[in-house]
This record gives sequence, structure tokens and C-alpha cells, in this order.
Amino acid sequence: MSEMLNTLEQTALSEYKYGWVTNIEADEAPPGLNEDIIRFISAKKNEPEWMLEWRLKAFRHWLKMEVPRWPNVKYPDVDFQAIKYYSAPKQKKEISSLDEVDPELRATFEKLGISLDEQKRLTGVAVDAVIDSVSVATTFKTQLAEMGIIFCSMSEAIKEHPELVKKWLGSVVPVTDNFYSALNSAVFSDGSFCYIPKGVRCPMELSTYFRINAAGTGQFERTLIVAEEGAYVSYLEGCTAPQRDENQLHAAVVEIVALDNAEVKYSTVQNWYPGDKEGKGGIYNFVTKRGICAGVNSKISWTQVETGSAVTWKYPSVILKGDNSVGEFYSVAVTNNHQQADTGTKMLHIGKNTRSRIVSKGISAGFSQNSYRGLVNVGKNATNARNFSQCDSLLLGDKCGAHTFPYIEVKNSTAQVEHEATTSKIGEDQIFYCNQRGLDTETAVALIINGFAKEVMNQLPMEFAIEAQKLLAISLEGSVG
Amino acid sequence: MLSIKNLQARIEEKEILKGINLDIKPGEVHAIMGPNGSGKSTLASVLAGRSDYEVTGGEVEFNGKDLFELSPEDRAREGLFLAFQYPVEIPGVSTTNFIKTAVNEIRKYLGEEPMDAVQFLKKMKEKMKLVEIDQSLLSRSLNEGFSGGEKKRNEIFQMAMLEPTLAILDETDSGLDIDALRIVAEGVNKLRDGNRSFLVITHYQRLLDYIVPDHVHVLYKGKIVKSGGKELALELEERGYDFIKEELGESVEA
Repeated sequence: MSEMLNTLEQTALSEYKYGWVTNIEADEAPPGLNEDIIRFISAKKNEPEWMLEWRLKAFRHWLKMEVPRWPNVKYPDVDFQAIKYYSAPKQKKEISSLDEVDPELRATFEKLGISLDEQKRLTGVAVDAVIDSVSVATTFKTQLAEMGIIFCSMSEAIKEHPELVKKWLGSVVPVTDNFYSALNSAVFSDGSFCYIPKGVRCPMELSTYFRINAAGTGQFERTLIVAEEGAYVSYLEGCTAPQRDENQLHAAVVEIVALDNAEVKYSTVQNWYPGDKEGKGGIYNFVTKRGICAGVNSKISWTQVETGSAVTWKYPSVILKGDNSVGEFYSVAVTNNHQQADTGTKMLHIGKNTRSRIVSKGISAGFSQNSYRGLVNVGKNATNARNFSQCDSLLLGDKCGAHTFPYIEVKNSTAQVEHEATTSKIGEDQIFYCNQRGLDTETAVALIINGFAKEVMNQLPMEFAIEAQKLLAISLEGSVG
Repeated sequence: MLSIKNLQARIEEKEILKGINLDIKPGEVHAIMGPNGSGKSTLASVLAGRSDYEVTGGEVEFNGKDLFELSPEDRAREGLFLAFQYPVEIPGVSTTNFIKTAVNEIRKYLGEEPMDAVQFLKKMKEKMKLVEIDQSLLSRSLNEGFSGGEKKRNEIFQMAMLEPTLAILDETDSGLDIDALRIVAEGVNKLRDGNRSFLVITHYQRLLDYIVPDHVHVLYKGKIVKSGGKELALELEERGYDFIKEELGESVEA
């Protein structure tokens, strides 16, 4: 708690603490998007022909698509021709060990609190770091490889494991799925690939840190996680970006496949730059995340702590195809100042005895708008499907908004679907009570919101739960009192 | 240790405290009694710093400091504790975690190291016995789903843990059955150590059978109209507040 307080004091002085820019020379594509740019990206990455074709197919489809207008968010249209679709930190030569990574870049990751050193093993976290769309280094590759686990950048996976990539890429989120996933399929420049072979329990948390650095760029990373029969992995992603006056686009796609008896736990701590107090700048976070419980008794669990971004549009979903499979979605979404979030999940029950659980905690402050949007769909063959949804909203102040859009579609009469929702405000009484016990108002608010979000925070891996708690407090700086 | 001089306060446009004078010395127990609406709870709230009330006149010195120069949290850190008449609920925050945060915030203010988990638990065990509170209650979310008696006992437990120099008990007896009242009062009595002072606000004399005050004051229409020893409480019990009104009708209300 006192640690939390220190953080608060620090951030009172520096607003968005991840707002610096690293001076690294970048290898960039000119702004704009056409087939030549896609060929440029593919060539830069020395990709095989099939990958280029895949991208071009996505691009041609994207041209025919329209920007989705249904989310409860407002922002000026994005000029897709003004964005640079490729920016890689320039490195003079191929790197063979971490010691050779550009010192500026290493310093960047130090600031982010990510040590690329092998010391990281002590904390049991393997890290892949993606800066401006390109994977910079992956730690622990060797140790993981001994167990047959593949954890590498997507570019590398395309080269080294083409059969796996061909088999699974686009299998959960098809190229044609939606506007932003089609765009991502056309221009993605990197991301993480993770493959856990049959019967293997990944012994450490796998983690990817995403960082947008260069100005005028978009970030389009692609993550694919495949857990074979009986495999288990816990995966975490974190994201930050520099403070800029302009809006930057982030359109990622994450796909997860869980086969028979496999389990994947995916946690996100999203802290993209949210824009300033007047709502200027910030990241547009338009992300497609979906997992498929393809096998029997499989389980996919999404946990997200969303505190950043100017506009968020994101629905981590689970397709419950295998009988007895389980899907979970735990979310804390915080919006402050002029942030807008439209986030939730889709649970699609296809197999028998499938179960899903949704716990969404929205916290709104300032002039922000925070929407939960969720779909629970029970197909006609999903006998005995069960869902429980809990959507709670907490309001700080009276100029923000909380909205809930639950959609329930049930085509099987044996299904049990429950939905509970609450909306509450942090009361002055609660704050005063805390003050009277010696807690200042910021600490009191942090305590109250962490209590509110506890059920979700408990789902996070230990080492990230603390970071996430601090983030919640920081994001609501100055919103009360 | 607490010196109130001509204190006046209002809520919105309504004058509630109209010139309170009161001196509390270390180790003393003062009781404030009075009919409903006389300003008893307002006095407690103003001393603790609730922002709904506006202080319009007078001064209060607390342990040598100007009380109104201190924020509510600093008053708490300086040793002023208010046992709430209606303790609030904070869902998802365990009582233990809440108290630990409070203890360490106060220690930090006093320039002390935070208490580690072992020390803290030891202290908790000790104080739990004192106020006969159950461990299971402390693992639950703060006051959430607590009965009236449990909430009040939890207030006294927090007081025991925070070790204030001045404890204000705002109608702590309201809503308590006789057993709960006895436990709460015994808890308070165990915390009387000759230095700690108490301001006990109550409507009924009943509580004062257990917590025997050094001084009793009658608050009526925003003023202390009568002060005396513990026997004044008994007299009020016997004759009701009307006798005060009669006395005032004859002498003060001119």
C-alpha cells in the first residue's frame, strides 16, 4: 500500500510515465497503403510467397469493407493513407545474443521494467518484446525449446515453422472477419508465436511487451497461441506508447487454439497512451482477440486490465466448440478524462456442457464513456450450456457515463444463462471514512477501486497483479476530490 | 489536549453549532448528551473534518495544533479518532487490509517504518481479545453485511489498533442490544489508560453506566447549556430533557 502511495506521488509529478520516445533510427515505409506497401513489408521480412499472397488476399478484401460504426464511441475517421505501416528499429546486423541488442533499445526496456537479461529466468517470465511492430528479442528460447515449446516472433515462426503457421494462422479470426482484422492480416509486421506441444505444461509465464515508438506509425501485431492436447500455458501482454498529440492506430489480432484438455490463460495489462486531459492524442486501440476451445474439456481464460488508449474497441471472445469446454472473461476497464471504451466479450456455445463466465468491472471518471458489450450465444446443439455474467459499473463524478449492452441468444432450451448488473458511485461517505482513518483521498480511491475490481485482479498472475493495482490508481489520478 | 472555543458551524444555510466551549484534558472522559437535533453528531463531524459542514466561527486546538488547519486525514494521523454512528461498507476490501493500510499511513506520517505482517498480526491478535471480535469478521469485506453490533465492535477494534489520543464515539450505543453494548463499553474501558481522552456522544444514559464519564455536558440547540459530573447523566435519565428546557425557559432564554 505504501508502495502504491509512492507511485501516486511520483505520478502526480509526471503524468503518463511511459510517455518518452527512444531515439533509435528506424527503418520505415513511406505513409500510405497499397499493394506495393504490402509487398515492401513482406520483402523486408524475407517472407515466403504464400505469406505475401495471404496478405494480398486480406488487403483486397479489406478494400471492400467498411469501418464499423456500431461501437458506442466517437472519434474522427482515421486516414489510412496517412499512416506508416512499417517501422523497424534499425539494427546494423543480425544479432546472435542479447548483449548485441542496441543499448538505447535495451535502456527502453529497462525503463519499461522489462529486463531482457537472462536474469529474468529468476522471476519465471519469458519475454518477447515488440517495438514499433517488430519483435526485438525473445528471452529463454533455448530453455523452452528443450521442452518442445516454441516461443518466438511471428516473423521467425513464418520462416522456421511454416507448417504450423499455415495450419493455424487465420483459423480463429479469418482474414475476412472484420475491418480491422483484415487490415491487420494485410500489414501485420510482427507479433508473437507460441506453440505448446502435446502434454506439456509451460513452466513459466510467457509474456510479450508491445511498444509504439515512432511517430505517425500504426502498430499491427499478430499473436498466435496453439496449445496441443493436454498442454497448458499462461500468457501475458503489456503495452505502452509515447505521449503524442496525434492519434495513433493500434489494430492487433490475437488467436488462441486449445485442443483436447488444453488450457490457455491470456492476461493483458493495456496501458497505451490515453491522450491528455483535454482528450488530445492517444491510441486508437481496435483489437480482435478470439480463442477457440476446439477440443473436449479445453479451457480459455481472458483477463484484461484496460487503463490506456483514447478509444478502445475490443471483445476477447471464446468459441466453445469442444464438449465440456470452458470460456472465461475477466475484465477491468478504467476510463478517465475523455477516454472511451467499448469492450466486452462473446461466448459462443457450440459443444455440449459448455460453460462460460463473464465478470466485467467498468470504472468511469472525468468525461469518459465506458461501455460493456457482450454476447452470449447458445447454439441449438449446445445441450446443458451454462453462462454466468456479472457486469458492474463504478462511477466517479457526474460527467462520465457507464453503459451496458448485453446480448443473449439462446437456441437450446436446456441452457442456463444468468446476467447480473450493478451501477454504483464512490460515495463521499466512503472517502471521508477512509480519510478519518488516516488515508488521503487518492489512497482511499485506490483502495476502493481495487476492492471493486478484486475478483478480476485475483485472476492475474501474481507479479502483474501488483503492477495492475498501481495502474488503476494512476489512471484515476486527480479524478476525485 | 482538546480545547474548543466558541465553535460555530452550519450545514448549508442552517446554523447548528452556536458557540461551543469545551476543554478536554489528557485521560478525561467527557460525555455529551442532548435531545435529537441538538447538534451532537454535528460536533463530532466538524471535529473530524467532514466537508458538508462549514465552520463559521471559533477555534479548536488539538494537541497544540490548530485543528482547522489540518485535513481530515492529518487529524486522524495526529491521533483523532471518530467511531462512526453509521460505519460505511467498502466491498472487496478486507477489514484486515483496510486497518493495515490505516496503521501504516499513520506510521508514515509520524516518520515510522511500516509495520510488517508479523508485527501487525501479533498486534491484531492482542486487540481482538480486547474487544472480543472474531477473526472471521476481519477477513470479510469492511462492514459489508455486518450486523449493527458487528459494525460498532469493528469501530472499537479499529480504535484499539490505531491507538488515538482522542477518541470520539458518536452514538456508538445506538442500535446495540445490551450484550453488544457491554462488550463495546468494556472495550472502551480497557483503552482508558490515563492519557487517552474520550468524547462520548450519546442520547441515553444507559451507555454511561458502563463508560463512567468524568464530565457530562448537555447540548441543546447548538450550545452546551449545562455541565456537571457523572450524576448529571442520572438526573437527565430521571427527569428527561424537559427539565433542562424548563431551566432554560426561566434563566437563559431571555
